[in-house]
Amino acid sequence: MAKVTIDGITIEVPDGTTILNAARMIGGDIVPPTMCYHSKLKTSGGYCRTCLVKVSKGSEKDPRPMPKPVASCRTTVMDGMEVQNLLSPEVLEARAGVVEFLLANHPLDCPVCDQAGECDLQNLAYENGKMGTRYEFQKREFEKIDIGDKIQLHMTRCILCYRCVKTADQVTDGRVHGVLNRGDVSEISTYIQNAIDNDFSGNMIDVCPVGALTDKTFRFKSRVWYTKPVDAHRDCPKCSGKVRLWYKGEEVLRVTGRKDQYGEVQDWICNDCRFEKKKTSDWVIEGPAHIQRDSVISANHYESLKALKATIDRQRKSLPHGHKTTLGHGALDPNNTH
Amino acid sequence: MAGKKLLLENDHIEGIRSLRVYRQHGGYQSLEKALKQMTPEQIVEEVKTSGLRGRGGAGFPTGMKWSFLAKPEGVARYLVCNADESEPGTFKDRYLMQRIPHLLIEGMIASSFALGARTSYIYIRGEYFYVARILEQAIAEAYEAGLLGKNILNSGFDHDCYVQVGAGAYICGEETALLESLEGKRGNPRIKPPFPAVAGLYGCPTVVNNVETIAAVVPIIRDGGAAYASIGVGKSTGTKLISASGHLNKPGVYEIELGVPVEEFIYSDEYCGGIRNGKKLKAVVAGGSSVPILPADLILKTANGEPRLMSYESLADGGFATGTMLGSGGFIAMDEDTSIVKNLWNFSRFYHHESCGQCSPCREGTGWMEKILHKILDGNGTLADVDLLWDIQSKIEGKTICPLGDAAAWPVASAIRHFRKEFEEYVKNGKNIRDVKHYYRLNNLVEV
Ligand SMILES: Cc1cc2nc3c(=O)[nH]c(=O)nc-3n(C[C@H](O)[C@H](O)[C@H](O)COP(=O)(O)O)c2cc1C
Ligand code: SF4
Ligand code: SF4
Ligand code: FES
Repeated sequence: MAKVTIDGITIEVPDGTTILNAARMIGGDIVPPTMCYHSKLKTSGGYCRTCLVKVSKGSEKDPRPMPKPVASCRTTVMDGMEVQNLLSPEVLEARAGVVEFLLANHPLDCPVCDQAGECDLQNLAYENGKMGTRYEFQKREFEKIDIGDKIQLHMTRCILCYRCVKTADQVTDGRVHGVLNRGDVSEISTYIQNAIDNDFSGNMIDVCPVGALTDKTFRFKSRVWYTKPVDAHRDCPKCSGKVRLWYKGEEVLRVTGRKDQYGEVQDWICNDCRFEKKKTSDWVIEGPAHIQRDSVISANHYESLKALKATIDRQRKSLPHGHKTTLGHGALDPNNTH
Repeated sequence: MAGKKLLLENDHIEGIRSLRVYRQHGGYQSLEKALKQMTPEQIVEEVKTSGLRGRGGAGFPTGMKWSFLAKPEGVARYLVCNADESEPGTFKDRYLMQRIPHLLIEGMIASSFALGARTSYIYIRGEYFYVARILEQAIAEAYEAGLLGKNILNSGFDHDCYVQVGAGAYICGEETALLESLEGKRGNPRIKPPFPAVAGLYGCPTVVNNVETIAAVVPIIRDGGAAYASIGVGKSTGTKLISASGHLNKPGVYEIELGVPVEEFIYSDEYCGGIRNGKKLKAVVAGGSSVPILPADLILKTANGEPRLMSYESLADGGFATGTMLGSGGFIAMDEDTSIVKNLWNFSRFYHHESCGQCSPCREGTGWMEKILHKILDGNGTLADVDLLWDIQSKIEGKTICPLGDAAAWPVASAIRHFRKEFEEYVKNGKNIRDVKHYYRLNNLVEV
């Protein structure tokens, strides 16, 4: 066991735990935001750098601070380690920088993006970004690509978190998916466009933190905040069968995996469950899903607007001075959700 | 007095590239000594005593690196030679491999014996394909002479050495990207830990060393670590190859004893012979494009007024505020007519092009900096752009997976730190700066 202190809160965790997971065990505001780490994917994390924290004391044995900020999702705790997240202005500044980098070439086409409302990048920018943009050059663009008949890749929105690559590697068989080129013209690709054809490829949609991989069967059908998430299951021979159904009225518009409070999928689901079972009668309904992070969705259906307003006010107050964002702002305004 | 040479001593000898001539001049005697008179532990000890530091850029003590190598039972270990040499301004490894390939091969075999590596690889950048042929020929000669393969020199030590040509990406010089590429994968740096000493090539314990580092093991075995350590100053022991380029009378590869004054290196006839065409020195990038640029006064003398020496410590004196780094030994001199802004744009373009794109600050920041510099060069920049550049580099530095992010940030930071006036001149007057040389002289912008 190792004792680690994060933003002044001490917890004992098993050896080998990452700083991020230690923070998640503590919970609450001190948990660093993540974009590329995914608890169900091995070797994920380390890429986006949003989870950077400062190690102000290395360990009991070697108390020297680490000279550079570290990615909390890929750094294991040492006994006696002291970590600063929200308490370090440097960390907040570095994170605001990461948000700016992630948005520099992002198209900001939220109004026409299916992911808007349940997008990790919107959340990240809202909570950790700064107002305005300083990037004034032409943004990069890619052609949209259909990966099979059910999934669309809109590379222009991609933040290169590598989650879909890891999913293709670890969850599907016969990997045909990876990264082409390098630097800021890197692109996710299947090499031969239509090659993705296996039972679990749809999970790439769920792991994508932005709107780069979307469900073609749901395309432009509805804004997510007009749909109601309901947990359901079925006896599936291929997968866990534990899904989330997204209703508009009586109609199931889409089926996804269930995500936890950090937006990470809990159980992989197969393409049959995702794309073929869109009738209520296909499922045993468990009840409404509680969506924690994407308050837009929860607010619409399951929580009173008053409670939501209180949450937002509280969050706004707890934000460090000047930390506001242009993204998702309107969407999160309770007055706007009707 | 000419400095002592350990690597390029026999460089002038005709035919030294061949095994026959190389052996006539003492070649492979270190290997013989290593295999017949020394234990692997003794060699590691000698390398530690020598104080040899990695010549690839970071200057990490080689003996210490070797002693970190994990040695689990029944698991292969590898030695990998980093011959990717892609840092702008650096061309010493090529010179060495091209002229005296057997020095590297001998170093590879002896070092592998010390590390217990049955197999070693020389990973060489794609643009050096003709050098790869030279190495391959040398390796073939060595096999034929029983210096490679089974039971080398009847010592019972077996070793195979292979040359692998890269596809020409700077990032594949970063040791973990190199290992990925060597395994046949995309050359992305790995996220550390684990370090190569524990899990390197194919997950096995691996040492990655620069060409020059491995070559230096040959004279260390021959003369002993103490003799090597007696050359140089302080913790900068032995000799170092410097690739000198830019506006010098005699650019080229020089072997220096560490500790030669920078002034002597630039101006003496033994080395670079002064600045071309009688011009004045404006600035120097002392250790390859990644290290901070210094104006003439700070490269010749430290902030305390001490003469600056060609050593790890002296070049770093003053930290980044007034110092720089020895880096890979890529010494680029710039005369009074050089535009620092234009040069910086050139460097930034390089880092933008070479970023692997894994982590967001480097992927997005390098391109952004290049674009802003281009805008400033075009005469469309503002003072706010200069501040923005500063801010962007500060948000890349230290926040990335591999040091390429730092390498992209430092040149920007140092150019602004020491030559801010020049950036401001471009902002005010950039449209008129067509012919840089002419403009600089007219406007007396040079402070030498
Ligand atoms: C972007 C980048 C490029 C590098 N290129 C080279 C190179 O071309 N040759 C080299 O020897 N080391 C290079 N390095 C340093 C290596 O990662 C590594 O530190 C070195 O090979 C270790 O050898 P040494 O200890 O003998 O110096 C590079 C590092 C980075 C971050
Ligand atoms: S497509 Fe989505 S999941 Fe894949 S790398 Fe891009 S952002 Fe990540
Ligand atoms: S710093 Fe640049 S080159 Fe290094 S891993 Fe990150 S993106 Fe790749
Ligand atoms: S979540 Fe840790 S680096 Fe992306």
